[in-house]
Amino acid sequence: MNFDFSDDQKQLRDQARKFLAEKCPPKAARVVLDGKAPYDKDLWKGLAEMGFLGVAIPEEFGGAGAGHLELCVIAEEMGRANAPVPFSSTVYLAAEALLIAGSDAQKKKWLPAIASGEAIGTLALFEGKGNPSPQNVKLTAASGVLNGVKKPVADGAIANFAVVAARTGSSGREGDVSLFLVDLKAGGVEVKSLTNLDPTRGQAEISFKDCKAEPLGAAGEGWSILTQVLDRAAVLCAFEQVGGADRALEMGRDYALDRIAFGRQIGSFQAVKHMLADMYVSATLARSNSYYGAWALSTNAGELPEAAAAARISATQAFQHCAKNNIQVHGGMGFTWEFDCHMYYRRANALALGLGSLSYWEDQLIDRMRKKNAA
Amino acid sequence: MNFDDTPQEAEFRATARAWIGANAPKQYEDELRKSSLGRTQLKNADILQVAKAWQKKKADAGWACLHWPKEYGGRGSSPIERVIWQQEEGAFGKLSHMFIIGHGMCGPTVMAFAREEHKRTYLPPLASGEKVWCQLFSEPAGGSDVAGLRTRAEKDGDDWVINGQKIWTSGAHYSDFGILLTRTDPAVPKHKGLTMFFLDMKSPGVEVRPIRQASGASDFNEVYFTNVRIPDHQRLGEVNDGWNVSLTTLMNERMSIGAGVSTGFPELFDYCSSLMLEDGPAIENAAVRSRLANWAVKASGLKYTSMRAISALSKGERPGPENSIGKLVAGSMIQDVATYALDLQGASGVVSGPEDAEVAGRFQAMLLRAPGTRVEGGTDEIMRNIIAERVLGLPGDIRVDKDVPFNKIPTKGR
Ligand SMILES: Cc1cc2nc3c(=O)[nH]c(=O)nc-3n(C[C@H](O)[C@H](O)[C@H](O)COP(=O)(O)OP(=O)(O)OC[C@H]3O[C@@H](n4cnc5c(N)ncnc54)[C@H](O)[C@@H]3O)c2cc1C
Repeated sequence: MNFDFSDDQKQLRDQARKFLAEKCPPKAARVVLDGKAPYDKDLWKGLAEMGFLGVAIPEEFGGAGAGHLELCVIAEEMGRANAPVPFSSTVYLAAEALLIAGSDAQKKKWLPAIASGEAIGTLALFEGKGNPSPQNVKLTAASGVLNGVKKPVADGAIANFAVVAARTGSSGREGDVSLFLVDLKAGGVEVKSLTNLDPTRGQAEISFKDCKAEPLGAAGEGWSILTQVLDRAAVLCAFEQVGGADRALEMGRDYALDRIAFGRQIGSFQAVKHMLADMYVSATLARSNSYYGAWALSTNAGELPEAAAAARISATQAFQHCAKNNIQVHGGMGFTWEFDCHMYYRRANALALGLGSLSYWEDQLIDRMRKKNAA
Repeated sequence: MNFDDTPQEAEFRATARAWIGANAPKQYEDELRKSSLGRTQLKNADILQVAKAWQKKKADAGWACLHWPKEYGGRGSSPIERVIWQQEEGAFGKLSHMFIIGHGMCGPTVMAFAREEHKRTYLPPLASGEKVWCQLFSEPAGGSDVAGLRTRAEKDGDDWVINGQKIWTSGAHYSDFGILLTRTDPAVPKHKGLTMFFLDMKSPGVEVRPIRQASGASDFNEVYFTNVRIPDHQRLGEVNDGWNVSLTTLMNERMSIGAGVSTGFPELFDYCSSLMLEDGPAIENAAVRSRLANWAVKASGLKYTSMRAISALSKGERPGPENSIGKLVAGSMIQDVATYALDLQGASGVVSGPEDAEVAGRFQAMLLRAPGTRVEGGTDEIMRNIIAERVLGLPGDIRVDKDVPFNKIPTKGR
């Protein structure tokens, strides 16, 4: 047993941290936040050049052929830097769906384009309110064309292609759902940007009208593929959340050492110290759960579904907890547009919803624990 | 990152499993499995005797205090082998609870500070459970503020003469030895005038008076010292350097308590899996599931945090103050878990006791024991201070008595 990343993986983490510190300072995200660009194109190109976009993509498809543990350490740094790029939709969702279910031709077409930064991908799953469930998929696929509306779709306005969940049966069960690949630049697609909690990661509404689509994976297998994609993304996203939580804690700690009130550093007040200690506790529990998820993901262990749900819940809670209390530690300054606290607060709350809400994952976790206990 | 056993680990596991299978006191297994914090008792046997017998058997076969060196009664095992052993020992591990203070805190302190001949004399019978040790730190005047203690040690020839009182001493009533923190110089600031000893609890002048706890049990005691003589060679560390010695004890305390504190979660999950509520199985109720999930990730987070600590330990890193999170999280969690389990029982949750209550009263017992968990070994507040100051590097609390000679510190408020 060895429950830690290897020295090489830690080195990769340091490399990513250094790169992002230089290429992605907080003011980079602000350009996107202020609506001056839909995402940071230079950073995206840089990430491709560093090999970070394709780190878990096999070499035959243009990637670095490393693995998911390597992707986890990069994800952590993306979260720490609050990077304003479509990393999670492209790398965790679209690329993973292709890796799991894509045909050779589909992989050959899209994976090298992802690794080189040419293509942005996303997953179009949600249709308004509600969590992931076969019943909530209403968009239809018939005779090779899609009809319906997806919303919200992360990075939908800048994506080149989407993996779309569609209804292909009427039994009301999982077997009704199939996945399709859609080139969003083709006809029959209409995209509208949506105002959202975290403008550094766009959200869109995408309408499909008799839009041509090719199947991804076998018909009726959509839900089982989606479940695998969401589980993997849950682990990867957890690392992003852990990185964000750590950064928020660090910001709070630094400010507590800097700011003087009543003639003392505010970090010497026990109420502030204890608030920061509790942030450390939640970030640490989340990190440990995420490490377990990383192990399960990298070995494709039977424990993955349970580990992924635990990592997801723990990391969601930790990032939200650290981001909100970071503002509290900063006092009025924390509530200004000028300070970066709100960017982490926005990101924490947006990430908390993107793969289905906390309560959805709580439900999943208990189901999965029951299954394991019964087995 | 790898969770699977290496071939050597697998072999170790197989050997441990075979030995436990052939030697553990199986007649108690079921009862031990069903017991939980606050309720480790055996119906028809004296648990101290059963525990001692099991410990001795382990020691004779080389399975006691696995991580201690062989010459002191251990096995010289790696931290990971220790974890494997604990996994295999399962419910029988609960029998070791009464040795935790000796094995987790006193032993390591003796190992770090006693002279070699004492280590060879005293450690093996401690490892084998033949001799039980206790930790005599807390006093009415010094609990969280350990260095506020007043028990005096005065040099008289080759001996030290001890006078004073300790309190909350777990297991003192069945202990053979104890480690004792005393004040040897009241004219210097409080941290600078302390000295540590170990002593025979049967020494003349030691009087142990059990205290009844809020839970109704009597696991801890007051201990009075009247002209108790301790030979100088039983001193641990230098004269007036007792604070440093006690830090070793306290750090080990956090490691050993923190890693093992139960959260109550497995018990609650089990309970909810079979419990029927008015509108169906508890485990299918959305509100119950949400509560369970929140505790599940805390429990797993703690488990994997200690795995990370063990991995670090295996690479030769020292256990640090970050280990304070184990007790901090588990302490309040077990209290909340117990409260919730009783809430699920409705009005009947008020009934306690193994005969009359649901699931043999385990959650009622847990509820009544839990407040102690949040206090013993450092309160929640002290744990948070440790994390804030030593992990995050925030300023220490303002200490108005820091540079004041101990005998000049005011003893009353206002
Ligand atoms: C079940 C049990 C077993 C025990 N076993 C042993 C044993 O075997 N040997 C032994 O030596 N001791 C033992 N203890 C004693 C234990 O270590 C002390 O009770 C504990 O350290 C708290 O000290 P206190 O009781 O004096 O409380 P106090 O220190 O008086 O604390 C009272 C309250 O003040 C708070 N407080 C105190 N200082 C601070 C601060 N700086 N910042 C914020 N809040 C503060 C505390 O958190 C607490 O809420 C045991 C206690 C229990 C409950």
